Amino acid sequence: MSQVLNIPPIVKEPAEPGEQASRRAFLVAAGAAGLCYTAALAYPIYRYLASPEEMESSATAVTEVTLKDAQKIPSGSVLMFKFGTAPAMLIHHEDGRWVALTAVCTHLGCTVQYEPQADRIHCGCHGGVYNAYTGANVSGPPPKPLKLFKVAVNETGVNVSRT
Amino acid sequence: MTSKTASIYDWVDERLGLTELADFARHKTVPVHAQSFWYYWGGISLFLFLVQCFTGVLLLVYYHPGADAYESVRQITFVMHFGWLIRSAHSWSANLMIFSILVHMFSVYFMKAYRKPREFGWLSGMALLGVASVFGFSGYLLPMDDLSYFATKVGLQIPAAIPWIGPIIGNMLRGGLEVNEFTVQRFFALHVVVLPALFLPLFGFHLWLVQRHGNAMPPAEEARPFLQRKTMPFFPNFLRKDLAMWLISLNILALLSSVFPWSLGKQADMLVPAPQGIHPEWYFMSPFEMLKLLGMVKWLQGEPGEIAGILIFTLGILLWVLIPFYDTSKESGRRGRAAHYFGLIAVSALLATTAIGYWTIR
Repeated sequence: MSQVLNIPPIVKEPAEPGEQASRRAFLVAAGAAGLCYTAALAYPIYRYLASPEEMESSATAVTEVTLKDAQKIPSGSVLMFKFGTAPAMLIHHEDGRWVALTAVCTHLGCTVQYEPQADRIHCGCHGGVYNAYTGANVSGPPPKPLKLFKVAVNETGVNVSRT
Repeated sequence: MTSKTASIYDWVDERLGLTELADFARHKTVPVHAQSFWYYWGGISLFLFLVQCFTGVLLLVYYHPGADAYESVRQITFVMHFGWLIRSAHSWSANLMIFSILVHMFSVYFMKAYRKPREFGWLSGMALLGVASVFGFSGYLLPMDDLSYFATKVGLQIPAAIPWIGPIIGNMLRGGLEVNEFTVQRFFALHVVVLPALFLPLFGFHLWLVQRHGNAMPPAEEARPFLQRKTMPFFPNFLRKDLAMWLISLNILALLSSVFPWSLGKQADMLVPAPQGIHPEWYFMSPFEMLKLLGMVKWLQGEPGEIAGILIFTLGILLWVLIPFYDTSKESGRRGRAAHYFGLIAVSALLATTAIGYWTIR
């Protein structure tokens, strides 16, 4: 039951210059207060949502990984491991050489696979191929080579570090 | 308006009917009288509900229901930046929302705003309060700390005391014989899927009715001749005051949640005895205390007392819900006065039992 009331139209009197200035000052102050409010609400929410990212950024600072007992993997096989937060691979080639590379395809970020029969690294997503010794992009869409790590093999394990 | 913005406005208006909406907003008025203050409490409840949705989604980002529920809440509270604040805001706002809904309900009751044609508004409002209290009960368990564990264990004894079907209902709600990770999982489903799905359409209906019938006036105001009544336009006057109330609520909420952060107890363990002085949330204190008091009556000890307590409480709520069908007349007759006294008795009983509850715990 809304009642319709006849409200007389508001006749605007020409504003004094001083009045207009104080109105502007009020609007500016209200706008500034609103911005402060929004910032005070948005900041904790942003930090809250960004928490895992901040935790990971300490993990990406890793420069070296020791893979215990990895020296025992047979030749012609591969060991997948995490270097910081990203996947990486340690390949023990048939000829006895050790190679460690990032396992993230430089095209669109899929995890790549070592194929011992062809002795190459292949990406299942879009058919990119890399050299299994140097990480060079050989064919398919990848624009850049896979990054190589430094490898040191000893009796207790394999040490992989940034070059 | 430049011709370009005018043509965009026309394009949208033709499809969405903005002019009709603006006309509607221009003609909507809100009564102005001594009791106008109470009109804001529905809006405050809505604001706190929106805060619940928002902070709830943020908690959902890291919360795991099931066996590692406690660990995930511990992580939210102590590891994630400002996680303590978001959790605290969610808990505080839940309590404030129940409080403002109760204020809204009692103001509607004593202004007799449930009378014709607003019966459905009253009924849907009561249903919303019911859903809100189940929201509170189910949410209380989710952190799976010692307090929430025992509160849920005790709370579920109440439906379990119903003769015959009680144990089946209890086991259904618990997901077994004990409160455990299965209970958390189903309370979680209830809290974030089932209850919102019930609440939102009910709430839409409730708001639609408020738009349809407008604000109710207290009987004293309604008795005045039409021309002596004062009103203010809804847009922008009332809306501006409404938003000011929202801002005040936000400030109170921010203050409470940062100065008194919600605590997290020890992980729930059924082999550890219940902590001393454990008690339900304040809005469940009254029925809890009534059951306790009835159990003290000599010939009502044990099960008869529990059943009597549940019966009395159910009957009271039923009478309360059905009040629009008893107190129907616009003239303040005998029934109108009876409803008023019933309201006063209900408020005093609630306040008294809550006070006794807190007193005896101390």
